[in-house]
Amino acid sequence: MIKTDILIIGAGPTGLFAVFEAGLLKLKCHLIDALPQPGGQCSEIYPKKPIYDIPAFPEVLAGDLVDNLMKQIEAFQPGFTLGERAQTIEKLEDDTFIVTTNKGTKHHAPVVAIAGGLGSFEPRKPPITNIGDYEDHGVEYIIRDPEMYRGKKVVIAGGGDSALDWSIFLTDIAESVTLVHRRNEFRGALDSVDKVQELKDAGKIELITPAEVIDVVGNGKVEGVSVKRGAEVFNKECDHFIPLFGLAPKLGPIADWGLEIEKNAIVVNNALDYQTNIPGIYAIGDVNTYPGKLKLILCGFHEATLMCQSAYKRIFPDKRYVMKYTTVGGVEGFDGSKKEAPKAVIKAIN
Amino acid sequence: MQDITLHITDREGVEHNIQAPTDMNMNLMEVIRSYELAPEGTIGICGGMAMCASCQCYIESDHDLPEQNYDEEAMLAEAFHVKENSRLGCQLFISDALHELKLTLAPEE
Repeated sequence: MIKTDILIIGAGPTGLFAVFEAGLLKLKCHLIDALPQPGGQCSEIYPKKPIYDIPAFPEVLAGDLVDNLMKQIEAFQPGFTLGERAQTIEKLEDDTFIVTTNKGTKHHAPVVAIAGGLGSFEPRKPPITNIGDYEDHGVEYIIRDPEMYRGKKVVIAGGGDSALDWSIFLTDIAESVTLVHRRNEFRGALDSVDKVQELKDAGKIELITPAEVIDVVGNGKVEGVSVKRGAEVFNKECDHFIPLFGLAPKLGPIADWGLEIEKNAIVVNNALDYQTNIPGIYAIGDVNTYPGKLKLILCGFHEATLMCQSAYKRIFPDKRYVMKYTTVGGVEGFDGSKKEAPKAVIKAIN
Repeated sequence: MQDITLHITDREGVEHNIQAPTDMNMNLMEVIRSYELAPEGTIGICGGMAMCASCQCYIESDHDLPEQNYDEEAMLAEAFHVKENSRLGCQLFISDALHELKLTLAPEE
């Protein structure tokens, strides 16, 4: 069981900055994120895009913003559970919480701050009516163990990097690899596109373009897919169908935690501390809503700051505290480091 | 600057005739959000970077629209429910050339 003071769900910019503000109050944080790396959308969707409205940064790349935040919070030694989605929450008798991920990792904290952005990133599923019947029976949206495709016939759909890279990778494992894409052009890295061309010429990948998989065929498990190319529809025999259309955010299991939801976001008390309808659970950043809400990173930073002050009062109801400026108090890390302004030297002039 | 008129059919099939300003650097997706023609969180999810297809719409009038850029073309190649007349609303900027544009929002993925 991982124990911490503030359990933050979502390691995007808002969640990361909350670690800093909590650290100033000597509160330890642990973050859970469904993605394998911190940074949320900034790392996953647009790391190379410049952001122009972070105060005092005339321009900063989203990826650099995340790197800077990671550097800023390093001394506060946050813990991370990455690549796992927060699944369930349980409130204990002492008003603390246990959050369990989809992989069964348990976290215990007196305060939970949901900084989940637009939700957890999950595979985009193509609109094929019967696809749900075959999930985990030959239809996989994520390749977890390539060995399960050894000696099998595989059809992959998609035109981005992951479709190309996995097609290349599986040629050495699977009996056959077929790649179906709606266009003749692929938008992956150039060397991946060249490699697929090479494997196609060598007869190791069958390329079906411009085409679409429109149906899954089978009986309890996948036996083939229906492919539509122009007016022609034909059956392609296979053991596995792997649609790789990238990721899209979904609010996911958090929506079932008993929190008040409005406009696909969690309703919070913005007049006070961004707490939800469940005391002890806060929602900060893009995941929350309140009158006048703006989904901006800079607003998330503000919300994280106020949340931490309230969390401190919840954890230490009897302690008195007033906010200190870092210019006055400096920053004392949990790693023993201390940053502070140089002290003025008093020296008489004779 | 004049406002232009747009005829937008939402995902429930209801047609809305709305006014959109040409001088606010807005795109079609933002106009649709400003009139709340689709619920928050179901449109413009990526913020307007052509990185999701939640603002996909079908253009039904005969307007001469700007060509798709690389990002839009690449996203539509991966999107679902795509038709010949599909465009991403976030990549269509509100200008006089869009006056009387008629479109329908694509279904939610």
